Parts: sequence; structure tokens; C-alpha cells
Amino acid sequence: MRLAPTFNVAYRALRRNKMRSVLTALGIIIGVGAVIAMVGIGNGAKAQVEAQIASLGENVILIFSGSTTSSGIRTGWGGAGTLKIEDAEAIRREVPGVIAVSEEVVSTTQVAAGNQNWFTRIYGESADYLDIRQWPLVDGAPFTAQDVRSANKVCVIGRTTATQIYGNENPIGQILRIKNVPFTILGVLTPKGLSPQGVDQDDIVVMPYTSAMKRVIGGTTLRNINVQIGDASQVEAAQQQIISLLRQRHNIRPGRDDDFTVRTQQEIAEAATATSRVMTVLLGAIAGVSLLVGGIGIMNIMLVSVTERTREIGVRMAVGARGNDILTQFLIEAVTLSSVGGVIGIICGIAASRILSIYANWPTLISISSIAIAFLFSAAVGVFFGFYPARKAAALDPIEALRYE
Amino acid sequence: MNNDALVRLVEVHKIYRTGEMEVPAVRSVSLEIRRGEFVALMGASGSGKSTLMNILGCLDRPSSGQYFLDNADVSDLDRNQLADIRNRKLGFVFQNFNLLPRTSARENAELPLVYSAQHLSRPQLRERADRVLASVGLAGREDHYPSQLSGGQQQRVAIARALINEPEMLLADEPTGNLDSRTSVEIMAIFQQLNEHGITIIMVTHEQDIAAYAQRNVAMRDGLIRDDHLVTRRSDAKNQLQHLSASTL
Repeated sequence: MRLAPTFNVAYRALRRNKMRSVLTALGIIIGVGAVIAMVGIGNGAKAQVEAQIASLGENVILIFSGSTTSSGIRTGWGGAGTLKIEDAEAIRREVPGVIAVSEEVVSTTQVAAGNQNWFTRIYGESADYLDIRQWPLVDGAPFTAQDVRSANKVCVIGRTTATQIYGNENPIGQILRIKNVPFTILGVLTPKGLSPQGVDQDDIVVMPYTSAMKRVIGGTTLRNINVQIGDASQVEAAQQQIISLLRQRHNIRPGRDDDFTVRTQQEIAEAATATSRVMTVLLGAIAGVSLLVGGIGIMNIMLVSVTERTREIGVRMAVGARGNDILTQFLIEAVTLSSVGGVIGIICGIAASRILSIYANWPTLISISSIAIAFLFSAAVGVFFGFYPARKAAALDPIEALRYE
Repeated sequence: MNNDALVRLVEVHKIYRTGEMEVPAVRSVSLEIRRGEFVALMGASGSGKSTLMNILGCLDRPSSGQYFLDNADVSDLDRNQLADIRNRKLGFVFQNFNLLPRTSARENAELPLVYSAQHLSRPQLRERADRVLASVGLAGREDHYPSQLSGGQQQRVAIARALINEPEMLLADEPTGNLDSRTSVEIMAIFQQLNEHGITIIMVTHEQDIAAYAQRNVAMRDGLIRDDHLVTRRSDAKNQLQHLSASTL
């Protein structure tokens, strides 16, 4: 069979019933558009979470004081102070592959300067912390290992804290009173925005952990230890070594639970992205239902079309069209409807997700693969829902079809 | 085997089943039609002539018996093979023309070539359609839609469509049924002219004076052939047309 005239016939048949074709394609347009936009939103959320997890640093292992269960009491991460400064030093000394370690203590408190004050989070860290988290300063200098050893009264602050206390003034070199202890501000951190949990990551004061423990928070135990491993392939081995090292140091007999929790960055990332993945699938599935409804619309219109054109089918068969020729003709018509609808739907979907990201400030991410899948899927909808009507047309008896009124 | 026989039916039966009932439409028909014959198939409605025509046109298969077309047994071919035979060897002309609406005369005439003639280029296709349309007197109307043509002109387009693949045999089912008497004569003139050029024609009709344009009349009743004779006083359509023009002048 010659294909060019067949496409021509399909095109003219669709154009003849313009309104009908447009409405049928609209079903597919809405379906594909919804799939593109919804998957875009889901992927955008997932990408955002992944970026934030990645901002924890590369190849990072987090060790939290306390464990999910400790002697029958469930304390939560960082709950019971079981990690000592010496533990961190032991890790630094004994675990191979470790390139950076940061002891961490955390508290919230009121800070003040001049006549302004602000309630913020205080992070006590080692000098490696900003490197591990890949968190550069926009201005000023970080505190040094010397500052950590001497427990100097220095700190760097986040953008939010800086604006709340100093407004438009440059905070570097200014004195910030934390629990009435004067700290000199050395630098301002690059803004990071909200965390996946919705916490403003720029509302922060970072200082040497020694200073935090001695002058602000008190106590002798760490909330957690951040460890960075040089090579991704060593992370798992290092995780095991840290566990056995800490069990040994904490005199935990075999069979007893750990009094600390070790998580790699990857484990955290998987947990965090699982939610957004579920969301993506759900959104996509709901949008997929509308695509399905669009497909049923195509099937409906094709059945009407086959009935209307029964005589034409009879004539074509009489002059030598095989069943397959008729089948192909109607399939082409259905697939044309669905793939034109698919292309327009893709454009609408991209537009919709752009609008959402601009006006609703939702992160959206449209990948080439999701566009390709949406297009193939819409074409497949045409084949799937066009097949039954097309086969019905192909199976017509030419004598009956010619006699049809 | 007689090589002159284009059509040879041997003991052909066609039985329709409606529920428990068996209705014989064609009963034991044996018929030979030679190459180049012009046969009128006659009979009242229900006589079985339409069923026989469907079998002859390879639109239907006999329930039993054999049908040799061009010395090849076509009684047991499947749907696709029958479609190919219709495409290459047969041309159909219907009572109600059966042209595709909103499709130009040229594209209607080209229709059989859509399903064959892959080797022809688009201009060749067009050239061939225009030539056939001109041969039935429709030069200059190639781009008209059926709705812009008179009944006689529509039937000419249908004849052009039937002829485009240079078939062995033209099958016409009441070709003048929807036409006035003068146009009927015009169509018969085309048929007679085609027949003179060697094409075999089988025409179903119930009108005695239309049957008179054929060489041979075959009459059916109750599924059987009751009469088969050569036309002695054959009408000459071309001659009649000349007389008609003369009388109107």
C-alpha cells in the first residue's frame, strides 16, 4: 500500500471534523500535559532534596550520639551524650581514608549586638566543617584550627542571622554577644535556603566547638561527629571500622546495642528522596488516568468514524484494499490524533510547570526522558485505543459495507 | 480446458444461514463467459443474480462448486488473495456510483492504485488517472468533487476508477439504475465501446431495453439459470445517441 495517500486520507478525515478532532485531541493534550507537569513537579522536589542532601558534603559519614534503642530506652539521635571529643580524635587517628572530621555540638540561644537581638542556632564545629559541607563564605575568613585549639571567641554567621542583627551593615569584625560572651564575627556564610524539613539553614552561628562547649553550651559530650572519607569506595569499610572502633572505646560487649548511630550520606539521601519519589509516582499515576480517559475518547471517536465511513471502507475493499490496508489507515488516523495531542500536551505541560515554578515558586524539573516517554506513551495510546476500531473496520464484509446506508 | 473462457463456474451453490434455516440463493449454477463477451445478467429481485454477481466479483465465495477466473481456481482463496484479484483483474461499477465524497474525480479514479502500483510515481499516477478520465469524456473535470458532478458524470468517474488498473473484466451492478434514459444510453455507449476494445463486461440489470445493449442475456430465477441466449436485435448506443442529437436539433 502507498503510505503518502494514506496519511493524506487520515489528515483530511481529521480536518473534515475539525471540532471533533480538536476535542478528542484535547483529551490527550490534557493527559500528556498533566503527566509532564506532575512528573516535573515531583522530579523538581526530588532534585531539590537531593541537592540539599548533597550539600551535607561528599562521602560524609554522620555519627550520632545515642541510638534508636539504648538499654531499652529509645533516646533518638543525639539524645544521650555518649560521644566524647576523644572518640572523634580516635577516628581521625585510626580509621583509614578519613580526610576530615568535625566534632559537632548544637544549641539554640538568644544572640545580641547593639540594640538588636535574635534567637538562633549555635553550631560548634571543627575548622574542617565548612570544607566538609562545601559551604564557602561570601565575605570574611573562616575560623582556624588554632582558634579551635584555643577556644577563641570567634564565629561565622549565616545570612539570615546577619540581616536580622545588622540589617544592611557589614557584620564582619563586629562583636556578637552570645550568652553575654562577646564573639568576633569573622565571616558571613553563603546562603543555602530552606532544608528539606523547612528549616532556614542560614539562620545560624558557627563557632569552634571548643568555644561552644566551654563558653556557650556547656557539657562535655558531642551531639554528633561528621566524618569525610577521601574516596567513595572506602565509605562502607570506614563505616564498619568506625562502628567497631566506637564499640571498643565504649566497652560495648558483643550482643549489646550500640550507644551511637552511624549513617552514611547515601542512606540519608535514600530515605529523604523516597518520599519525593513516591510523590512523583503518585502524581504521575493520577495524571496518567487522565491520559487513559483521553485514550478512551480516541477509541470512541474512531468507532464513530468507522461507522460513518462504512461505505467508504466497502468501496476501498471492492477496489482491492486488504484488511491490513484498512487497519493501517484507521490506526494512522488514531495515532495522528494522539501524537499531535501528545506534542501539544508536552508544550502545555512544560508551560504549566514553568508557570508553577515562577508564580508558585515550586521547583520543577522536566527531563528529556520524561518528554520522550510522554510522547511515546501518547503514540502508544493511539495504537492501543485505535486498534479495536481499526480492526473492526478491517473485519467488515465488503458486501455488507457497500450496502450500508 | 477452454482457454477462451475467462469465467467458468462449475456447480456453484451459495447458501445463507439465518438461524436454523438454510436459504439457498444460488443453486447449482454452471456458466462460461468467454473473453470479450458482454453479458447482461437478468432476473427479478431475489432471483440470486446479486449473489452470483458478488461471487463473480470475488466479493464472496461460493458455498460449494468451483469458480475459475482466467483459468485459475479462485473459489478457495482467502480474503487477502481475493482483494488482490479484485484489484488487478476486476473493475466494479455500482448503481449508486459509490464514489468517495469530498474527494476529487482524479483521486477517486486513482483509488485502486493506492493498493497496488507501488512503482508508479505521483506524476505518473496522476497522468494515468487523467488519461482514463479523458477516455470516459471527463477531461477538464479532474478536480471536481462528486457533489459538483451530474449523475452520469459520477458514473463515468466510477467507470474510470474501474478501468484504471486495466482489468480483465468489468462488473456493473445496475449501472443505469439511478440515471435518466438519455444518460443511460451514454453509459451504454461507453460500455459498448470498451467492449469493442476487448474488455469483458458482466452487467446486472432488470431492464429489458438495457439488457439489449449486451451480446448475451442470462436470466435467473430462484437461484437457477433459466435462460441463456444471444441477443439477436442488439441496440447500438452510439447510433441512438446520434439520432437523439439529430432529433433535438
